[in-house]
Amino acid sequence: MTAQPVPSDAPSDSPERIRTSGPDARRAHPDRRGTRLTGAQIIWESLLREDVAVVFGYPGGAIMPGYDAMIDFPIHHVLVRHEQGAAHMADGYARASGEVGVCVATSGPGATNLVTGIATAMLDSIPMVAITGQVPSSLLGTDAFQETDITGVTLPITKHNFLVTRADEIAPTIREAFYIARSGRPGPVLVDICKDAQQALAVFEWSDAPVALPGYRPSYIPLARDLENALELIHAAKRPIILAGQGIIKSNASEVLIQFAEATGVPVALTLLGLGGFPASHPLNLGMMGMHGEAWVNHAIQESDLLIALGMRFDDRVTGKLTTYAPYAKKIHVELDPSEINKNVKVDVALIGDVRTVLSALMPHAKESARPEWRARIDDLKGDSAVRDIQSLPDTGDLHAAHVIHDLWRATEGNALVVTDVGQHQMWEAQYYKHNAPRSLITSGGLGTMGFALPAAIGAKFARPDANVWVVVGDGGFQMTACALTTCAQEGAKVNVAIINNGYLGMVRQWQEFFYGGRYVATPIRSPDFVKLADAHGLVGRRVTTRAEVMDAVRWAEAQPGTVVIDFRVKQEDAVYPMVPAGADLHDMIRRKPSEKPDGRPAAHNPIFETGADE
Amino acid sequence: MIHRKHILRTFVIYVEDKPGVLNRAASLFRRRGYNIESLNVGQTHVAGVSRMTVVVEADDDTAKRVEANLYKLVNVLEVQDITHRPRIERELALIKVRCGHEKRGEIMQVAEVFEGRVVDMSPDAIVLEITGTPDKIHGLVTVLETYGIEEMVQTGSVAMTRGSVPPLTHLGTATRELPV
Repeated sequence: MTAQPVPSDAPSDSPERIRTSGPDARRAHPDRRGTRLTGAQIIWESLLREDVAVVFGYPGGAIMPGYDAMIDFPIHHVLVRHEQGAAHMADGYARASGEVGVCVATSGPGATNLVTGIATAMLDSIPMVAITGQVPSSLLGTDAFQETDITGVTLPITKHNFLVTRADEIAPTIREAFYIARSGRPGPVLVDICKDAQQALAVFEWSDAPVALPGYRPSYIPLARDLENALELIHAAKRPIILAGQGIIKSNASEVLIQFAEATGVPVALTLLGLGGFPASHPLNLGMMGMHGEAWVNHAIQESDLLIALGMRFDDRVTGKLTTYAPYAKKIHVELDPSEINKNVKVDVALIGDVRTVLSALMPHAKESARPEWRARIDDLKGDSAVRDIQSLPDTGDLHAAHVIHDLWRATEGNALVVTDVGQHQMWEAQYYKHNAPRSLITSGGLGTMGFALPAAIGAKFARPDANVWVVVGDGGFQMTACALTTCAQEGAKVNVAIINNGYLGMVRQWQEFFYGGRYVATPIRSPDFVKLADAHGLVGRRVTTRAEVMDAVRWAEAQPGTVVIDFRVKQEDAVYPMVPAGADLHDMIRRKPSEKPDGRPAAHNPIFETGADE
Repeated sequence: MIHRKHILRTFVIYVEDKPGVLNRAASLFRRRGYNIESLNVGQTHVAGVSRMTVVVEADDDTAKRVEANLYKLVNVLEVQDITHRPRIERELALIKVRCGHEKRGEIMQVAEVFEGRVVDMSPDAIVLEITGTPDKIHGLVTVLETYGIEEMVQTGSVAMTRGSVPPLTHLGTATRELPV
């Protein structure tokens, strides 16, 4: 297939194209239940009935019957340049919309290329359905051309998977796959469909009855006595903190969380994936916890007498050393997945259920409290690190990544949908871009997948064509999936790419600086000319080397019709502060040195504070 | 620190009889680092339902998460940790002992003590079958070793609770009491 890049001067946003596969087109599609169709047609009939408007994929031998049938259906196909991108796009689509994202690949290498993207979705509980072609069922197990046992390969990184060998199994299997992917604690489901099943005929049947899976228990309701116990702990606590995770966003619990926090006067700390679930501008918002969390948040957690963990799983990046974690605190864990209870942190009360349901059940019984002493103590902890808006600090000539993120936040008025990659820039984004709305930050948390950002952003743009999508990515991660720029050009999908280019694999370099004697092994990284790279794709780019240019570059990028790449040349050897070394006590943080002057004399101003409680 | 007491736990797991289910369960134990002592799988009286008996080394806390993780497998219908419940637990062993006619009588007497029985005999060997607890089988094996064991095969545990506690009664219900 030859890709025709869209000329950079052509109108290139894609809402028109997306509308052609929207709900109206799907409603106009004839009802073909009860008729004989090929398995390939049944795939698309089934996807239509699951309200799929767009799929991300790459064709190949074993999925060709499926692709051939696709042309008759009002479903838009986005051609990727590498199947990993297809999985990340489906993931980004799901995170931006809350709906199931769909990716398609052929057997063998097509399927194995999805693996990183599927694992990414698994670790962050993202609803995704991956459809792969498979060799004809008669050849299964023979090491046929492009045969891989992909259900075997993905067994530990999918919520569930299926191998389909008959045409009449396709519709019920896809129905089950979507149900499993989106219900309970969501996750990726892979459906591997043999080529002969795609070619064979079967009567298309589709039931609207609830999916019956006898062993599957997606939802739980907390026990009344546990709710009572939790309320008792909350009312007795003097120094409580809410730890809010992605479960807030997934269960649409932001509103009830605000009510609950305000009523009980309990401050809210967020996990990386929880950012946006509770407004950054809310007076009770403390900020992010954990390895690169705010110093005062980690100290407050260590001093706390009650942790109310909501839809988070006490990841090691959040807790630090478990034996010294929050030693004075009782713990309440609100969690949808029973297997997470007591996995890392032993809790006093477990409330099994989705966060919104549980908080709604607690809310009517919550006693009003303002907790002035505890909040004053936290203000003390903030101390000097929360003094100023970095905007007002003098421009010393260096372009710091924090400046870029901060100015991006200002220029976009905090309303962008930011998609980050993994590394230093990701942590700076989390620290300096203030997210007030759920689903305004998309990032790979659990798996920490470099190369995630650009394809995930493309998926997010298809989910929310009107969103102002910004990709914040390092020079290393960008090069892993930069081929997706061509997909931006071909699809006319506009995203704005901010490359935080420091010439290093920055987070690894930072660890080398702190823990490996400053030996920068394999971290200096050369990059192509990103502006020319954009140009080569029929896109536009710009290079920014001083802080004075940042705001203008952001506005310029947003004004362009198509995808824009901005190469921000930031200070090369900056580090993310504070930092809890892996496995250290949560309160044992490496802090930014007060001086960065080479002669060691204290500087009048440090151009970067750890963060700012600004505005 | 809480003292973590590892004991052998017996789980009864009802699963849908579908391809790959054993693999899914085994993969879960491997991935989460749960140490399998023995695993047995076979049919039940219910069509389409298989039953596993898995003996795992685990403390109380791990046992709860073994159960919760098993429930996350879509094809798992029911999990029972029957470690602390009155139960019948059996293994079966076939033991081939080298012996000529002069020792046959003696070996058959040994078998009788352990309630084993002779299932095959040839001029220079005898095959015993024994069912029972692992302890009992171990006892017989220890005695037979003095005669010379030529070959031996042993199953894992199969187990069942005593009294009437019918399984699979809450299938399809959305909630249940949780082991947390």
